[in-house]
Amino acid sequence: MADRRTGFSGRALPLMLVAPQILVTLLFFVWPAVQGVYTSFFLDQGFGGNRAFVGFGNYAELFADPLYLQSFVTTLVFSAAVTVLAIGIALVLALAANRVVRGALGYRSMLIWPYAVAPALAGVIWYFLLNPSVGVLANWYDAVAPAANAALDGLTGAPAGATGAETGAETGAETAASADPGWWAWLRLPEEWNHYTDGRQAMALVIIASVWKQVSYNFLFFLAGLQSIPRSLIEAAAMDHAGPWRRFWSITLPLLSPTTFFLLVVNIVYAFFDTFATIHATTSGGPAQATTTLVYQVYRAYESTDYSGSAAQSVVLMGLVIGMTMIQFRYVERRVVY
Amino acid sequence: MSISRLALAAAIAAAPAFAIAKTEVQFWHAMGGQLGEITDKFAADFSAGHASCTVTSSYKGNYTETMNSAIAAFRAGEQPHIVQVFEVGTATMMAAEGAIYPVEQLMTETGTPFDRSAYLPAVISYYTTPEGELLSLPFNSSSPVLWYNKTKLDELGIAVPATWDELEAAAAKAKEAGVEAPFSFGWQSWTQIENYSAWHNLPTGTRENGFAGLDTEFTFNNEHVVNHIARIQRMGEQGLFKYGGRRGDSRAMFVNGEAIFWINSSAYYGGFAQDITDWEFAQTMMPLDTAVADAPQNSIIGGATLWVLRGREAAEYKCVAEFLAFLSEAENQAYWHQTTGYVPITTAAYELSREQGFYETSPGTDTAIKQLSLNEPTVNSKGLRYGNFVQIRDVINEELEAAWAGDKTAKEALDTAVERSNALLRKFEAAHAR
Repeated sequence: MADRRTGFSGRALPLMLVAPQILVTLLFFVWPAVQGVYTSFFLDQGFGGNRAFVGFGNYAELFADPLYLQSFVTTLVFSAAVTVLAIGIALVLALAANRVVRGALGYRSMLIWPYAVAPALAGVIWYFLLNPSVGVLANWYDAVAPAANAALDGLTGAPAGATGAETGAETGAETAASADPGWWAWLRLPEEWNHYTDGRQAMALVIIASVWKQVSYNFLFFLAGLQSIPRSLIEAAAMDHAGPWRRFWSITLPLLSPTTFFLLVVNIVYAFFDTFATIHATTSGGPAQATTTLVYQVYRAYESTDYSGSAAQSVVLMGLVIGMTMIQFRYVERRVVY
Repeated sequence: MSISRLALAAAIAAAPAFAIAKTEVQFWHAMGGQLGEITDKFAADFSAGHASCTVTSSYKGNYTETMNSAIAAFRAGEQPHIVQVFEVGTATMMAAEGAIYPVEQLMTETGTPFDRSAYLPAVISYYTTPEGELLSLPFNSSSPVLWYNKTKLDELGIAVPATWDELEAAAAKAKEAGVEAPFSFGWQSWTQIENYSAWHNLPTGTRENGFAGLDTEFTFNNEHVVNHIARIQRMGEQGLFKYGGRRGDSRAMFVNGEAIFWINSSAYYGGFAQDITDWEFAQTMMPLDTAVADAPQNSIIGGATLWVLRGREAAEYKCVAEFLAFLSEAENQAYWHQTTGYVPITTAAYELSREQGFYETSPGTDTAIKQLSLNEPTVNSKGLRYGNFVQIRDVINEELEAAWAGDKTAKEALDTAVERSNALLRKFEAAHAR
């Protein structure tokens, strides 16, 4: 960091410059948040009128609901998967794009494209691709899954129960599953794609759609990060006989750590909040509660004009994200090299 | 479209001349696409033909969005005069006593002619007080029917099923002949629980399905509904039924021939007429479960009604009343019914459509009306009135999905659904205790 600092002579100008931002934050973030906290202590009628103070009643009700607690688990699984996959895939793509010399702009534009797609549309695209009746990818899945299971049985030396899969997919799967209770049984794929009844497939669907949408954003930051790494460092390492792998682990990755950390925070917040439209457009939280994340629970309550219950859920969610971001800044940031 | 252009032209032509003198009425609706164009046309036609009233109609998103917008606007004192609310929001609207202006009361107080008996009983019974007073004006109403692939049925020599046993047998026969998943349905709470119960004169809850009080409790985990859900589960295990998602998501299964029987709203007629070109589709009444009843009772409606909100200038409500009377006119209702597939709300509009020969040129389009008016509605078949019902439908969706996936038995799924739904009813009751 440079030592020279440019300073303002008075206090008026800097205050004036930050005032609009502070005003926007107060008006659109702080005030609604305060309202939300306030509302969460009441039992409210849709149209207003006599609202009754219930203290922590709405919260007590939430935490007594096993399905609400279940949606914490769902949210954690979903957010972890989205964050890890979106950052991981973006990093690989950025490394690859950074090496491309010819037509780099074309590749980059294509990779950034999905970011311009609205979350709800991203959901609809994947909804069609994976629609059990008309989806192209769902059809491919139906063709590949039995073969993949057969290959798995071949590898694990299971009895040839899966060969019956050709005649009747479902009965074949059942006999094979009941015949081999081995550890590999859970690796078997359901023979048919129907995310309307299969919760794991529905989860896969919303994760894929959410990741696809977010990879572009992460890619952009990683690419910028990669381009700001001085070439001299890499070249010096190469001259010291460091292979590509070594150069990546010892130089590139540490120097990308500020970017990675920033993306970690942004992606977790994305997975928690911004994936609402994607879930809403694809699974509506189903089947059963398989893809009902916390933010989708908030919408459920709002949708049926349970505004106070919805507010209580929002406060819990807000607290959770504040807490997680604090933990990240306190512990993860220590490992970041600026 | 030409309709919207016409409407626009009418609005422009009418606006400058009367802009100052006319009383303006705000009408918020949830009708998109072609339905929205017709709705806006009604408003424009009324405004153009009226000397002192003008109705401004605005599309406010889907049902949930429109309802929530109206509530937010009411809280801010900026509410529209008329808002379109779907049938499951009825209890919420009713409970907002200071906010709503019951339609029948509005008509009386503004001296607008109104005859309750002109309306189809099964259509308005969903929206009346226990004393029979009409609270909101039905606008778009439909009922679930059994859609079937006529071409395929003829080809396989399968008769159109009238009972669930026949449907199951027909599905088995079709499956043998290579139909992938012969039977499916949409809007499962509405078609397989609410309407199944009404059709067989079974209550879904205590206190006249909630009409008589907020202290109602669900009873749809009774043996008949359990047996019915178990039957569908069994059909699923045999590959005769495939679950295709909530709302109308399974429509594609029927349109692409994967399923040949599909239970869902009669309002799919217009879309089918456009999308299904290489085979013939038809509709018939919902199947009867002969183990439960000897003859069907009547089906219940789905759709939305127009609610009038209080808090605007007294003089403006005369215009509101006249607009509602305009919408109920036989010509307008017949036009709406014939272009959209929704049922007409008055007997006169039904008669008019018949005289115009609509049911001969489009056979089967009167199935929903016939189902609705099959018998005088009983306390079990006039409709439902449960608070938090939007959320309760989600609960029912979730629990039925657990049944379709084989994670729960029919009994377990329905017991849990009732238990969770009752908790939501109690919450609604607590919020609206006086």
